[in-house]
Amino acid sequence: MHTTSRLMALAGALVLATAISPALAARTDISVGLVLEPPNLDPTAGAAAAIDEVVYANIFEGLTRFGPDGSVNPALAESWDISEDGLTYTFHLHAGVAFHDGSEMNAEDVKFSLDRARAEDSTNAQKALFADIASVTVADPLTVTVTLSQPNGSFLFNMAWGDAVIVAPESAAANATDPVGTGPFLLEDWVQGDHVELVRNPDYWGEPVKLDKVTFKFIGDPTAGFAAMMAGDVDTFPNFPAPETLPQLAADPRFTVIVGSTEGETVMAMNNKRAPFDNVKVREAVAHAINREDIIDGAMFGYGTPIGTFFAPHNPAYVDLTGLSGYDPEKSKALLAEAGYADGFETTLQLPPTPYARRGGEVIAAQLAEVGITAKIENVEWAQWLEGPFKGNYDLTIVSHTEPFDIGAFAKPGYYFGYESEAFNQIIADLTNTTDPEMRTELIKQAQTTLAEDYAAVFLFELAKTGVANAKIVGLWENSPAQANDMTGVYWED
Amino acid sequence: MSAFFVKRVISLILSLIAASVVIFLVLEVVPGDPAAFMLGINADPQAVEALRDQLGLNAPLVERYFTWVFGLMRGEFGTSYTYRVPVAELIADRLWVSLPLAIYALVLSTLIAFPVGIIAAARRNSLADVTVMGATQFGIAVPNFWFAMLLVLVFSISLRWFSAGGFPGWDAGAYEAMRALTLPAVALALPQASILARVMRSSLLDTLGEDYVRTARAKGLTRSQALWRHAVRNALIPVLTILGLQFSFLLAGAIIIENVFFLPGLGRLVFQGITQRDLIVVKSVVMLLVFAVILVTFLVDIAYAVADPRLRRQHA
Amino acid sequence: MSDAPVVLERRDNLWRAALGSRSLVIGLAITLVFVVAALVSLAWTPYDVTKLAIAIKLRPPSPEHWFGTDIFGRDILAMIMVGARTSIAVAVIAVGIGIVLGVPLGLAAATLRGTLGDEVIMRGNDLIFAFPALLIAILITAVFGPGAVNAIIAIGIFNIPVFARLARGAALSLWTREFVMSARVAGKGRARISIEHILPNITNLLIVQGTIQFSLGILAEAALSYVGLGAQPPIPSWGRMLSEAQTMISIAPHTAIIPGLAIVLTVLGLNLMGDGLRDLFDPRLRRSRL
Repeated sequence: MHTTSRLMALAGALVLATAISPALAARTDISVGLVLEPPNLDPTAGAAAAIDEVVYANIFEGLTRFGPDGSVNPALAESWDISEDGLTYTFHLHAGVAFHDGSEMNAEDVKFSLDRARAEDSTNAQKALFADIASVTVADPLTVTVTLSQPNGSFLFNMAWGDAVIVAPESAAANATDPVGTGPFLLEDWVQGDHVELVRNPDYWGEPVKLDKVTFKFIGDPTAGFAAMMAGDVDTFPNFPAPETLPQLAADPRFTVIVGSTEGETVMAMNNKRAPFDNVKVREAVAHAINREDIIDGAMFGYGTPIGTFFAPHNPAYVDLTGLSGYDPEKSKALLAEAGYADGFETTLQLPPTPYARRGGEVIAAQLAEVGITAKIENVEWAQWLEGPFKGNYDLTIVSHTEPFDIGAFAKPGYYFGYESEAFNQIIADLTNTTDPEMRTELIKQAQTTLAEDYAAVFLFELAKTGVANAKIVGLWENSPAQANDMTGVYWED
Repeated sequence: MSAFFVKRVISLILSLIAASVVIFLVLEVVPGDPAAFMLGINADPQAVEALRDQLGLNAPLVERYFTWVFGLMRGEFGTSYTYRVPVAELIADRLWVSLPLAIYALVLSTLIAFPVGIIAAARRNSLADVTVMGATQFGIAVPNFWFAMLLVLVFSISLRWFSAGGFPGWDAGAYEAMRALTLPAVALALPQASILARVMRSSLLDTLGEDYVRTARAKGLTRSQALWRHAVRNALIPVLTILGLQFSFLLAGAIIIENVFFLPGLGRLVFQGITQRDLIVVKSVVMLLVFAVILVTFLVDIAYAVADPRLRRQHA
Repeated sequence: MSDAPVVLERRDNLWRAALGSRSLVIGLAITLVFVVAALVSLAWTPYDVTKLAIAIKLRPPSPEHWFGTDIFGRDILAMIMVGARTSIAVAVIAVGIGIVLGVPLGLAAATLRGTLGDEVIMRGNDLIFAFPALLIAILITAVFGPGAVNAIIAIGIFNIPVFARLARGAALSLWTREFVMSARVAGKGRARISIEHILPNITNLLIVQGTIQFSLGILAEAALSYVGLGAQPPIPSWGRMLSEAQTMISIAPHTAIIPGLAIVLTVLGLNLMGDGLRDLFDPRLRRSRL
């Protein structure tokens, strides 16, 4: 059937059939440009941010969900009770929720989803989110009880991740290509390498969405992205890949440029386990050799906020510690001399394929050269990056950590930073066991300061979310508290 | 004849085996674990191991080679690691972009090259000849991706006549689909047309020097009559050979152009496959392209041998 | 060929013909411009290409910066000069690999004509030809990592069958010639004849083909660096300049146009030179053009 329709299409091409003119009525469809194509559409079996960018809140839903401001809101669970000791969570599910295949969503599905994610042979990339779960029991079809092995202040937050969405036992295995969720949109078509098309779910349990059709188009090339915007091929580009063209787009009345924040702390990791970066003096020297403004200007065309620690500046608990690692080449040279590297040293800087890393890396290499450090640039693909730097086999590398609230990564044993600090680990352990908001804020600030004072990495800047949209579109997320393109509240203004 | 044929078939099979071994071995040593790549930066090592088992990556080398080769013979290319759909399906989809693009480019290049070559030959050393041949020198020297960038600058960004990339799919209508393929086809066609025009011209000039054309002219035909009646037809043989070569080049060599224009074609599939460590896709597509080239070479050899028995004897 | 005066007279004619060939003179001139630029860049460039000056990025051409500046404020003229070095070095070495490995293989195949050895060599060549060149280059760099050396290897491999076929074809026809026959009668070995009599007589062919492969090498290097698999930063290369400029094309077109023109002119120069040389070495063709 496919072949015939294509043959017809081809035959039609030869006689140059006329184009179908688009409808002129108020639009209920939207075409969204994305840089990366998801490898598959199952958020519970792959870590690619691109999966969540398509399916989160649109196709799949969890017990809780992130709001546009990063808050944790009810989703499939309309409410919950937490026991005094913080160990038992009782979730009350929405009634009348159906999966896309028509089957009912109930407590059994929740139990299945959570047990599947934390199982021994689970391929869930964020297994740690479920690590504290001791058991999941079904009380009745609409009530499920989760018991934790230790109190976890961020459990509800964890359940809002795309990796914790609720799936059905019958369809879970096929979700990679045929996703069956509970969300307001259904998968209509996926042309690998080009686009994913979603249509409205007529039987959605919640507030009905205003859009009938959402097309995610994958355009990795910045020029093509720019041209696609200009030509109207895409209506919005939530993470526009060509920041250099934003002024031009902003000047065009057809478009609005949305500059928001992300959770992406962009850092240059220094292998703390490997000489010379095992020496805190050398790490400090490297930090002072780097001019963040030049990097933001040269690599990001001015979009990005300098950071002095591993924390998002828009978070109320953020402490501005950029002063600890201000640009000061003379001080850097002095520190290097103190550490016994008066003549500098040679090292390798491995760069994954994103523009912030590739362009930023070139600027950093030139800046390091000024203080006598020769950083040889090695461009790597993500697959190589995961095999090399991420397994601790590197000197320097640049990467943006886009997970929300991920300062705890520095406490992970064996994590690629190679940073090991008893003091820091203790702060993070205390934080996990603390539920009092004020105490938590205090601990978070301590954690930030410890990292900055130890020069655990070179903290460069917080990635900006630079989006472009047709000026008539309402309801897009301004910031990126999570990797998602939530289309549930989006509509066209007349 | 049959001895020659058998020899050729054996060498065809040996070539294919050699190619499959080379491709398999090269891709075995590519650094980067597909499973680790799929699960990403914060993946749990246990989960990665579980996925490696699921993908069959833990089987011994020889076993994996034979699984792959026997699969190919049965038309089963395996399942893509990243997309989780059958590779054969992916390839079939992509062919519907790459094949029309190659044909489009070939048609364009022929439409440009034939008249240009013929005019240049007919009016040798005229102003037209010198200008056109000078232009083809440029055409050959232009990297097609740079030409593509210039096309995008002029026709997409400035004039907004064409979109700068992407492919709406044949379902969007033939006109839209062909429109999306136009700039890429032009970018691919220019260097090819330049080469073809030069071959056409020199091949015509050669035949014009042959005795039978001289005889025809002696009989009173004008130069352009002789050109049309005798030379063009005979000059087509070398031109068609070049065309054949160009077709396989266009199919395999459009990688960069497909990347510039973000067309979901075979070339881009391979490129993506490499960066995403979807090695099963890379293996199969490369093998398919190599198979196509080897097969075309084989058919050309056979065709020549049928046409020219001397060649057969030489080889035997 | 055997008595000196004749050779001298021929050489004299050759020079006169060379100077009279328009394409040879123009091609040589263009090629020399880039070779000289590359050589000068070893000692001097208008600005230091390793120093960034973000404050003056993407400036259009001006008296201070003839070709403008790039995304990091580097002088594009200086980048083009150093990039010429990269392109020329990669292409020349790749041609070298093709000649050094391909010609002996071709000569050996010709000597072993009709034997299994010949068959193996020529089928091996066909096999290399069967691989889409750019794809294999990408595979090679995917395995061994991107970089100028691997780009050279990737391009060089595809030059081997080109020279092997050329050498075999030319050698086969020479083996039937009288002077080779007489050498055989004189008792010289096959290998010795190949080196002493065949090789000198195919040099012209090799030079012409070498020029063509050189220009193809420049294009291939540009394509590889364009997709990020050629010379790595901070070493400037024309292809990478183009890929970096791609997103700037609407705001700073000069960053994309100038490196492209450099590639076009170099390749054009080499092709013209190759045409000129072929006409010069092949009197039959020369006559037919007159």
